[in-house]
Amino acid sequence: MTALGKLLRTTAFKLALAYLVVFATLSVVVLIYVSWHANALIAGQLNATVNAEITGLAEQYRQGGIRRLVAIVEERSNRSGGSIYLVTTMTGEVLAGNVSGLPDASLAEAGERELPYQRAGETAAAPYPAVVRVFVLPGGYRLLVGRDTEERERLSAVISNAVQWSLALVVVLGLAGGVFVAKRVLGRIDAMTETARTIMAGDLSGRLAVTGSDDEFDRLAQATNAMLDRINELMAGLKEVSDNIAHDLKTPLTRLRNRAETALRTASDEDEWQASVEQIIADADAMLGIFNALLLIARAESGGGRDQLVPVDLADIAESVAELYEPLAEERGARLTVNAPTPIRLLGSRELIGQAVANLIENALNYAAAAGGEVAVSATTDEDGARLVVADRGPGVPEADRARALERFVRLDSSRSRPGSGLGLALVAAVARLHGGTLTLEDNAPGLRAVLALPLTPAALPEPSTPALAPPRGARAV
Amino acid sequence: MTSSMKLLIVEDDREAAAYMVKALSEAGHVADHAADGAEGYEFATSGSYDVLVVDRMLPKLDGLSLIGRLRAEGATTPVLILSALGHVDDRVQGLRAGGDDYLTKPYAFAELLARVETLARRGQASAGDTVYRVADLEIDRLSHTCSRAGQEIVLQPREFRLLEYLMRNAGQVVTRTMLLENVWDYHFDPQTNVIDVHVSRLRSKIDKGFDKPLLHTVRGAGYLIRDGAR
Repeated sequence: MTALGKLLRTTAFKLALAYLVVFATLSVVVLIYVSWHANALIAGQLNATVNAEITGLAEQYRQGGIRRLVAIVEERSNRSGGSIYLVTTMTGEVLAGNVSGLPDASLAEAGERELPYQRAGETAAAPYPAVVRVFVLPGGYRLLVGRDTEERERLSAVISNAVQWSLALVVVLGLAGGVFVAKRVLGRIDAMTETARTIMAGDLSGRLAVTGSDDEFDRLAQATNAMLDRINELMAGLKEVSDNIAHDLKTPLTRLRNRAETALRTASDEDEWQASVEQIIADADAMLGIFNALLLIARAESGGGRDQLVPVDLADIAESVAELYEPLAEERGARLTVNAPTPIRLLGSRELIGQAVANLIENALNYAAAAGGEVAVSATTDEDGARLVVADRGPGVPEADRARALERFVRLDSSRSRPGSGLGLALVAAVARLHGGTLTLEDNAPGLRAVLALPLTPAALPEPSTPALAPPRGARAV
Repeated sequence: MTSSMKLLIVEDDREAAAYMVKALSEAGHVADHAADGAEGYEFATSGSYDVLVVDRMLPKLDGLSLIGRLRAEGATTPVLILSALGHVDDRVQGLRAGGDDYLTKPYAFAELLARVETLARRGQASAGDTVYRVADLEIDRLSHTCSRAGQEIVLQPREFRLLEYLMRNAGQVVTRTMLLENVWDYHFDPQTNVIDVHVSRLRSKIDKGFDKPLLHTVRGAGYLIRDGAR
């Protein structure tokens, strides 16, 4: 495609062309309107002066007779200017005036008309145009008074000239402006396209140029750059997470493999085989559990299923899950109490919130039950939204570790002797984010208070993103 | 345990299907195998099956469309959907499409067997009865009372629902996840043995003090309530 062809096809140029047509049409219409009105005004004025003069002359005739009229007309005829006069008898004999060469019979009747004329004593090649009025005086005399209209014609010519010139100017300037704007826009867009190509080719560090003029191109470039930063961040996060997953699944996989190998080598009777195989299945199930939790976290963090949120009752969920765990707590020597007196309606997923509450209770039981303590579950509302709190009297989490405890695969007891995959709280945090809420760990003095805060209105739901795939920062407790 | 069932497995992974057919026949059932959705439709409309086990992602005609088509034609055969898609929404989608139960891959065979047998019995189940009886254990679903050998047993509401579900499927193995789904209406996978504790509480109420236990643990599978003598 030629450079010109490319230019002509740009949106900017097409837009400039469209504006050009509109403005050109508009200016022509305005000029025509002005000239028409000016013409009408001038014609009206001409008529008015002619009428006034004729009335004056008729009055002079009435007072002084034809003699006086002829004298006045003769006097006026000699003045310079565009006025023309003629006084004739009934038979057409000229008594006074400065006109000749009028068409025949032009004095026969009274009234207004436009006529060509020649000045008396002049023999110009072409007659001048004039607007005249013929008046029949008592006694049969004819009086003609008129005005040369050449000036009016000249004005018309000036205006039509102006129309043509301004039209030409608008077209030329418009086209030039269009080409200029299109070229400028095209240049910057081409630069952006070029940068985008290099980024697509794999160089994620490329960024669009920002000129600093803060125009719409700058804003587009800034937004695009911010998006690229975000993508970069997500890619880095994804990589770190997949590294972690690989690491954390290798451990149980190795264990499973060792067990199978040991069984093959040493199992001697049916019972030993059976026990080994059962253990292997349990290991596989544990790994599947990790997988499922990771998938659920990923799904929740990507905002998947957000459109599936339906009205649920948080108090009911808290109660039913607490009820599910109550016998287990009792068996472990802990007391599980629940305080959810009034229904709390919010948009959510019963399944995911239920899972989150279950994880919090399991976490509390794992750490607090040993202390023979109490686990208190409560669901309440205040002006900020709904709060589901699971509080225990266990050892708690040191303040410095609280944020880290919500990350994937982080287990604060580095021996990893307690049950759990290190995903429980990360899953709760992901569920909170999916619902537009937060999970915070607080000091229960002593013990841990896990606070799941959820908004009551869907308006508070964020865009799926911000902490989504953010890489677990800091050292991992491995 | 239960009478022999005739099943149709619609699954494109031949190895998985062969394993399923073999394991089902070891459990005393007969299973046919269809390798894609179109074949599954043919089999399902020409033969009479007690339960269909349908994979979601199938060549030619996907699982949900297959079920939709069968349901549109008025077929009421119970369907168990088997799928690698295990999110909450996937399950909802599957059940809306006309599936009766949903099992996520990978699954324990015991889980599959328990669910399939429960589905097969659903047709003759006593869901409409107001009184369930197993040996001398009896519950009244209207008055919410329970008694054994004429002796009244006081149950908490949730214990009652647990027992009700077990007795509705008397003679049938029910798994922990089936109990969580049907008694608590949650589908997540608890990390701990929460269900076991509930069952052992229930057992202490209905079996303790009687010489014949009715509520049995089936190793590696789940629980079963039945008259031990049978």
